[in-house]
Amino acid sequence: MYAFEYHRPTSVRQAATLATKAEDMKFIAGGHTLLPTMKQRLAAPANLIDLGQIAELRGIERSARSVTLGAMTRHAEVAGSAEVQEAIPALAEMAEMIGDPHVRNRGTVGGSIANNDPAADYPAACIALGATIVTNKRKIAADDFFQGLFDTALEEGEIITKVSFPVAQKAAYAKFRNPASRYALVGVFVAKRASDVRVAVTGAGSNGVFRWTEAEEALKGRFGTKSLEGLSASADGLNSDIHADATYRAHLIGVMTRRAVQAATARG
Amino acid sequence: MNATGIGAPVRRKEDQRFVTGQGRYVDDFNRPGQAYAYFLRSPHAHANILSIDTRAAKEMPGVVDILTGEDLAADKIGGLICGWMIHSKDGTPMKAGPHPALAQGKVRYVGDHVAVVIAETLAQAKDAAEAIAVDYEVLTAVVETATATQAKTAVHDVAPDNTVFNWHLGDKAATDAAFARAKHVTTIDLVNNRLVPNPMEPRAALGEYDVGTDNYTLYTTSQNPHVARLVLSAFIGVAPEHKLRVIAPDVGGGFGSKIFIYAEETVCVWAAKRVKRPVKWTSDRTEAFLADAHGRDHVTHAELAMDEGGKIIGLRVHTIANLGAYLSTFSSSVPTYLYAPLLSGQYDIPAIYCEVDGVYTNTAPVDAYRGAGRPEATFVVERIVEKAARELGQDPAKFRKRNYITQFPHTTPVIMTYDTGDYHASMDKALEEADYRNFGKRKRESARNGKLRGIGFSSYIEACGIAPSQAVGSLGAGVGLWESAEVRVNPTGSVEVLTGSHSHGQGHETTFAQLVSDRLGVPIDNVSIVHGDTDKVQFGMGTYGSRSGAVGMSAIAKAIDKVIAKGKKVAAHVLEAAESDIEFKDGKFTVAGTDKSLDFASTALQAYIAHKFSGQELEPGLKEGAFYDPTNFTFPAGVHICEVEIDPDTGVTKIDRWTAVDDFGVIINPMIVEGQVHGGIAQGVGQALLEGTVYDKSGQLVTASYNDYCMPRAIDLPSFQVGMTVTPCPSNPLGIKGCGEAGAIAAPAAVINAITDALGHEDITMPATPQNVWRAAQKNATKLAAE
Amino acid sequence: MAAVSLTVNGKSVTADIDPRTLLVQFLRENLRLTGTHVGCDTSQCGACVVHLNGEAVKACTVLAVQADASVVTTIEGLSQGGELHPMQAAFREHHGLQCGYCTPGMIMAAVDMVNRKGGALDEQTIRAELEGNLCRCTGYHNIVKAVAAGAEAMTQEPVREAAE
Repeated sequence: MYAFEYHRPTSVRQAATLATKAEDMKFIAGGHTLLPTMKQRLAAPANLIDLGQIAELRGIERSARSVTLGAMTRHAEVAGSAEVQEAIPALAEMAEMIGDPHVRNRGTVGGSIANNDPAADYPAACIALGATIVTNKRKIAADDFFQGLFDTALEEGEIITKVSFPVAQKAAYAKFRNPASRYALVGVFVAKRASDVRVAVTGAGSNGVFRWTEAEEALKGRFGTKSLEGLSASADGLNSDIHADATYRAHLIGVMTRRAVQAATARG
Repeated sequence: MNATGIGAPVRRKEDQRFVTGQGRYVDDFNRPGQAYAYFLRSPHAHANILSIDTRAAKEMPGVVDILTGEDLAADKIGGLICGWMIHSKDGTPMKAGPHPALAQGKVRYVGDHVAVVIAETLAQAKDAAEAIAVDYEVLTAVVETATATQAKTAVHDVAPDNTVFNWHLGDKAATDAAFARAKHVTTIDLVNNRLVPNPMEPRAALGEYDVGTDNYTLYTTSQNPHVARLVLSAFIGVAPEHKLRVIAPDVGGGFGSKIFIYAEETVCVWAAKRVKRPVKWTSDRTEAFLADAHGRDHVTHAELAMDEGGKIIGLRVHTIANLGAYLSTFSSSVPTYLYAPLLSGQYDIPAIYCEVDGVYTNTAPVDAYRGAGRPEATFVVERIVEKAARELGQDPAKFRKRNYITQFPHTTPVIMTYDTGDYHASMDKALEEADYRNFGKRKRESARNGKLRGIGFSSYIEACGIAPSQAVGSLGAGVGLWESAEVRVNPTGSVEVLTGSHSHGQGHETTFAQLVSDRLGVPIDNVSIVHGDTDKVQFGMGTYGSRSGAVGMSAIAKAIDKVIAKGKKVAAHVLEAAESDIEFKDGKFTVAGTDKSLDFASTALQAYIAHKFSGQELEPGLKEGAFYDPTNFTFPAGVHICEVEIDPDTGVTKIDRWTAVDDFGVIINPMIVEGQVHGGIAQGVGQALLEGTVYDKSGQLVTASYNDYCMPRAIDLPSFQVGMTVTPCPSNPLGIKGCGEAGAIAAPAAVINAITDALGHEDITMPATPQNVWRAAQKNATKLAAE
Repeated sequence: MAAVSLTVNGKSVTADIDPRTLLVQFLRENLRLTGTHVGCDTSQCGACVVHLNGEAVKACTVLAVQADASVVTTIEGLSQGGELHPMQAAFREHHGLQCGYCTPGMIMAAVDMVNRKGGALDEQTIRAELEGNLCRCTGYHNIVKAVAAGAEAMTQEPVREAAE
């Protein structure tokens, strides 16, 4: 790790002010992507602004039509939240599938989303459920937020404060883990919403999370695995690595989509 | 049975410190004034070093010194060695290229050592390493095992076609004749995948030099500290043997990878004198992937000949073994004498011929990893036997039994003489415990759920108790493979055992103490096992090849016998009886046929106070040493049965059942032995399903972290059903065969045989990852559709 | 440099440290609590697991400064009054360790597992919950047994659990 200066603001406003002053800065949330990267000397911020002591970034709120997670809410808190489990059980289940118990005790929803790792789970949930990402400056629809590998709509120094997930009629997440890293080799989040059906795929796309629109169309008529029969995802634009080539990933998108739809319908 | 004696599942003495965080591993040691070493490693698989400019780096904050291969040469420090000479078929010695601890003119794999930075902190050492300017002339990398000899570039000048040796074993003419009269021939092509050992504790070294006494100390993660000292002194020349103390304290697993003498510890000792400060290096995991010696990496073609009755009459094997960029300490012995002599398996095969081409590539050196040669042999034998049974339409268990060796001793055509065993007993017990008869039912049940179920056997044998010194000497070993022990009885009757074996997870502090407690009747808490420090312990050969029980404990048993003999003399004087009338039993020296006795502790006290005998009659004291050189290898053997269920939709293979029945001879501590079996199976399953080392075409290591190299996790494994049969080993005084490697040797073939059984075809390579299995299942589906 | 002040195994600790110091380095090098180990660089092996404010975390992926004002328990602080914690005793009793290197992290993870999931843990739950801890020696067989037994023992001793 290279040397850096460490800052620990206690409010979003303070953090934002620090961000405008500090050169070559990075925010640190749970740190479970950033710190390993810094340890390998692949990231070298001169200033590190820790969001860990900002109380206003924490907490889970449930309303009739949505669940809102403070950006610094940790995966373990989401997984264990009775409100989330009741309102959007798929979201709680997805959080429980991230990393391992120790990672879930540190990793946060805001950090996961801001990083937009192509194998992260939260981007799929955000896209499928149609989440709104709230920052200290504005509200951004998930569809506009994720802009490719590790790239988001966030501007320099902009801080995610919370993420709001509309309650879906039915939803589920099916994840096929990379055998080694346990990140998503293919993760499919399906959501049947009042207006449409969404199938968001993470881990597979060479440009990050994407929607499998053919499956969405097929499921719009009848939300069930039967509707997916004969449908296969295209391997174009999918990742190939030692664990899975594009063809296998494309196949897994089909399998995981069916499994997610099955789980969502089984929930009733 | 004595509650702490031989055969008792005694809870481990060492665990108190481990479960409380009080273990002391190398990285836990810090010496006053210590500086930190960081190695600048080659980013290229193959390159000439045109220049190294350290001037700017030396000016960086905290830098103590930066050393390169030039400095090594100036100090006349020799290269790392390979301690086993292999001769090719034509009689020429193997082609050993130079192996400097820091590169001299050329780098040969990604991770090769270019320079060492020594600084006040590790961070400063890393900072400075980035400021070293190295001018490389990049050369074409030789990466693939199968094609290394056809490459246009040579890794070493001494081996222009990258061939280290063309070695062979067995009778070619007799084997060819067997194939000529065969009624059926089964052939198979196999890749034994390269593995990275990955003990959880990364390697570390802390070198120290005392200017006043001219003494050196090295704390190192070693399985064999005396061998490390011998090599560092006699061959590499960093310090005279009597001036170098090597300490291998608690060591967090080895699995072979900590046998070898590496560049890093060499440099730490040497640099400690140069900079006059202790120098510490601790590997991070990425460095471990790059520069620990890897294991396996064979490409093999094998043929099995059978007569009309399904009796095996011949085996022909050709293997290309990748030895990496340099010959590591024992590398040359692994694909030769630790491999081909096991190709007879448990079978009576009259003719066997094996050729092995050892090749250089621009990859990390390959050396012994748990099993070392024997897993590779078992994989060949058990895969081809399984395939032959299927081709002949025979039940694989029956086919094996038809061909088992039943008479002992049995001399194979590949130089081994198996001393004892009962292979039918192991198979019968395994079939019973695996509920083989109901396998069909389970397979149908799986099919109803859309899953493919398969069962696979592995009837493995290994040669352990390494090894009779004369025998291995005649085969090219540079050392003898005996073991030493000293049993020191204190005046209070407590006992210290100094052993040349080294424990890095095996539990010697408990099992060795059980032997002492059993033999001398001393409470186990009054027995200490001392190992891992060349200043305390006499020369010994260390722990590898499942040798510590069969060889290390045999040495202790010999020393104990001498202690008892001496004790009888002491007791005879005290009890005023003839020495020949003294019996030793249950911890007491007794005058035969009387109730006159002296307990062990009193005898020890009498030996030291020496009041009851004169110095002319008897030497005072009670301390005896022994060296034990085995008379033969030992031959643990057994049957492992693996049952898998494959999800054809995803290719995920679940191991549903695992049955192991092993014959390890006499068992000292069944709890520890079973633990060894569990761990071995997990590593074998890892090889079969999860672990694959991947270099890309340019020689970059793709699997250099746990993000890409898949380690077995708890969820990947089932609970194991482990059973035993016992035929005591006649070749050592304790009847022990050894158990440390069995699981890793047996498992890969059992898993792959189960998967191929489930798939209905043989086309799968290790590791059988979900992707590979899915693809193989696709092939199956296509084939079925076509039919 | 940055100031940190935290409680480690019941003792208050204050230090002025380089901000890039990881919690595991702080424990091992500053406090000489070497029971917490480092086995990888990528937050996977779990040899470094400690409890931060009562929850298991990987100390290799937390900056010491992030742990300011926190309560840390390491393997050295687990046992009370010279007796082994029930989970430590269970690992010894069930031979849940061989080389001992992964053991501190395993035990801290196991205690955390019981704190979250209770004392009645089945095999599949234990295996799944050990996702973040690698062992190369045991094949996990006896670790699973040890965790199950330790969990049962822990919940039979509510006083201890509260102390932890």
